[in-house]
Amino acid sequence: MSLAAPERIWWKPLGWDEKLWVWVSLVFCVILLSGMIVWHVAGLQTAPSETYSVSVERFTQLTDDFIEEYKVGEENGLPVVRPPAGGDAYVQASTWQWSPILELQKGQTYRIHLSSKDLQHGFSLQPVNYNLQVLPDYDYVMTLTPADVGEFTILCNEYCGLGHHLMVGKLIVTE
Amino acid sequence: MATQTKEADFRTCPVTTLQVHRPAELLITANAVTAVVFLTVGGILALLLALTRWQAVHLLPADWFYTFLTAHGITMLVFWIVFFEVAGLYFGSSVLLNGRLVAPKVGWVAFGLMLAGALLAELMIFTGQADVMFTAYVPLKAHPLFYLGIILFAVGALVAVYLFFASVVVAKHERRHTGSLPLVTFGLVVAAIIAAFTLISGAITFIPAFFWSVGLLETYDPAAYRLLFWAFGHSAQQINLAAMVAIWYALATLTVGATPINEKLSRMAFLLYILFINLGSIHHLMVDPGLSVVYKITNTSYIMYLAVLGSMIHAYSIPAAVEVAQRAKGYSKGLFQWLWRAPWGEPGFSALVVSMVLFGFLGGVSGVIQGMMQLNMMIHNTIRVVGHFHATVVGGTTVAFMGLTYYIIPLIMRRDIISKGLARIQPYVYGSGLFLLIVGMMLSGDMGVPRRSWDIYATGGAFTTQFPAFTDVTLAMLGIGAIVAVIGGAMFVYLAVFSLLFGKDLRK
Ligand code: HEM
Ligand SMILES: [Cu+2]
Ligand SMILES: [Cu+2]
Repeated sequence: MSLAAPERIWWKPLGWDEKLWVWVSLVFCVILLSGMIVWHVAGLQTAPSETYSVSVERFTQLTDDFIEEYKVGEENGLPVVRPPAGGDAYVQASTWQWSPILELQKGQTYRIHLSSKDLQHGFSLQPVNYNLQVLPDYDYVMTLTPADVGEFTILCNEYCGLGHHLMVGKLIVTE
Repeated sequence: MATQTKEADFRTCPVTTLQVHRPAELLITANAVTAVVFLTVGGILALLLALTRWQAVHLLPADWFYTFLTAHGITMLVFWIVFFEVAGLYFGSSVLLNGRLVAPKVGWVAFGLMLAGALLAELMIFTGQADVMFTAYVPLKAHPLFYLGIILFAVGALVAVYLFFASVVVAKHERRHTGSLPLVTFGLVVAAIIAAFTLISGAITFIPAFFWSVGLLETYDPAAYRLLFWAFGHSAQQINLAAMVAIWYALATLTVGATPINEKLSRMAFLLYILFINLGSIHHLMVDPGLSVVYKITNTSYIMYLAVLGSMIHAYSIPAAVEVAQRAKGYSKGLFQWLWRAPWGEPGFSALVVSMVLFGFLGGVSGVIQGMMQLNMMIHNTIRVVGHFHATVVGGTTVAFMGLTYYIIPLIMRRDIISKGLARIQPYVYGSGLFLLIVGMMLSGDMGVPRRSWDIYATGGAFTTQFPAFTDVTLAMLGIGAIVAVIGGAMFVYLAVFSLLFGKDLRK
C-alpha cells in the first residue's frame, strides 16, 4: 500500500533479485560513463570544446578579412572561400545566412571558427548530421578533417526568427 | 500558522475511509480543472503544428506556426503540467495524510498568481509579441510582460510548494498522520524539493531577462542564459519525473492493490533523484561553446548515471509489486498469468502500463543515448530531441496524470466517470498515437530533420536542402500519430469535463 504509512520498520535488507538488479544496473551505468570518456579520448569524432570569447565586431572583422584574403568566387550572393590547408577558417551566422561558403580539401585538417552576428543559431551540417550550437560573443572552434568529397548543406536548427527555415549555407569538399 | 483543525471541514471518503479536507478538495479541483483547460488548448495547437510538420500537408503559414509552437510548448510543458502537479501536491499533503491544507487562502493566492501569470504570457504569445519559444534564448527578445508572466507563474508555484511542505509538517505535528510518510507522499516531497530548487533557478534566469527586455540591463550573456535556463528547464523535468513515479506507485496500489516490495529500496531510489538528477542539465549544452569536456561529461552523466540508477530501480520495483499483488490474488499459473489477468480494462492500470512503457523504452532509453556527448552531436536540435521528450513528458508524465484523473474524479470530485467504455480504450488510443508520433519524430531526427522548422526544404532560401526519401514516411508517421493522439486526448478531455459536469453525483 503506497498510499498509507508503511509498517513501522521498513528498513529491511534487499532480496537477492533486487540486489542483482541494482548491481546489473550499476555496472551498466559505469559502462555508459566509460563509453563517453573513452570515445572522447580515442574516438574519431567528438564534440569540440575549444572556445574563445570574442566580440561581434571582432569576429565580423576576422571573417571579413578571411573572405577578402581567400575568396575564389561567389554563389547565390555568398562568397566562396578556399582556406589554406591546415589553416583557420571562419563562418559567421546571422539572420538568415551562413557566410562564407567554404571550399575545403579532402583529407586536410582545418580549424573552423563559428560564431554569430546576432541571435543564437544552430549549425547543422547535412547529410552527415553534425550539429553545434552557435552563439554571439563566443568563438567555437571545431577541428575538422573532411573524409568525403561533395557538397554539404548547413541548416540552421535553432529557432532564430521568422526566416529561420530559410537559413541555409553550404560547404564544399574537393579532392 | 493558521488555526487548528476544525472537524467540520472534513468528510470521510466512503471508498478509502480517508479524511478529506473540504477546502483542500476545492483547491485540488480548481487546479486540476485549470490544468485540463490548458491541456485542451495545447492539444488543439499540437494537431495544427503536427499537420504543418508533416510537409505533405503543411497546414499553417510560417508566422502562425512559430507563434503556435511557442504557445504549445509553454501551455503544455509549463501550465498543464504544473497546475496538475499542484493539484497532486495538495492531494498528497492533505488527503493522503488525513490532514488539512494549512492555509487554503494562501493556496488561492498561489492559484491566482499562477493563473494571472499564465494568462499574461499567453496573451503576449498569441498577440505575436513573444515568438521566442519556451526557451526564450537571449538575445531573441520578447515583450517584457511575457517574462513577467512567467515570473508571476513561478512565484505562484513556489507558494504552492511552500503550502505543500507546511501541510505535511502540520499533519505530522497534529498527529493526523503517524509513522513514516506514505511512499506516494514521500515521492511528492522529493518532487517538491526539486521544485523549490527549480523555481528559484527559474527566477534567477527570468528576472534578469525581464530587466534586459525593459532596457535596464544592457546585455545578457547568451551562454550564461543557457546555463541558467537549463538549471531551471532540466530540473523542471525532474519534478515531472518524481511526480510521475509517485503516481505510478499510487496507480499500482489503486488498481491491483500493489504494495512496494521493499520500501527502503524505493525510497533510496527517490533519494538518488534529489542527489543527482539536477546535474544532468548539461545534456542540453553538450555541443555549446564555453564549457570544458570534463565538466560536460561529469555533469551530463549525473556523476555516474546515478539518477538513471534510481529510475532503473523503480522500473523494477513497480512491475514486481504488481506481480506480487496479482499472484497473491491467485493468478500464479506459469510465468505470466499475473500479467494476462491484470485489469487491462481499467484505465488507471492501462495508463500505468502505457506510461511506463513509453517513458521507459522510448523516453528513458533514447534520453540516455542522446545524453552521450558524441551521439548528442548527431541529434542536437533535430526533431529527435522532440521525439524523446514527447516520450517522457507526454507518454510518461501526461499519461500517468490522465490515469490518476480517473480516480480523482470519483474520489475527490465525487462524480462517476460517465462513459466507462470510452475510458477503457482512451489510454490505448492516446498511447498508440503517441507511439507513432514519437517514433516518427525520432527517425526523422536521425536523418537530420531539424526541430522548430516550418519548412525543412528551405524553399526560397539561398540553397535548398535534401533529405532521404524515407523522411516522407517518417513525417507522415508523425502526422498520423498526432491525429490519433489528439483523438485520444480529446477523449480524455471529454471524459474529464463531462464526468465533472454530468457524471452521477456520488454524494447521494
Ligand atoms: C497529442 C499530443 C501532442 C502532439 C501531437 C504534439 C506534437 C508536437 C509537435 C508537432 C511539435 C513541434 C515540433 C517542432 O516543430 O519542433 C511539438 C513541440 C513540443 N511539444 Fe508537443 N505534442 C503533444 C503533446 C504535448 C504535451 C502533452 C506536452 C507537454 C507536456 C508537449 C510539449 C511540447 C514541447 C515542450 C514542444 C517544443 C516546443 C519548442 O520547440 O519550443 N507536447 N509537439
Ligand atoms: Cu539561424
Ligand atoms: Cu534558425
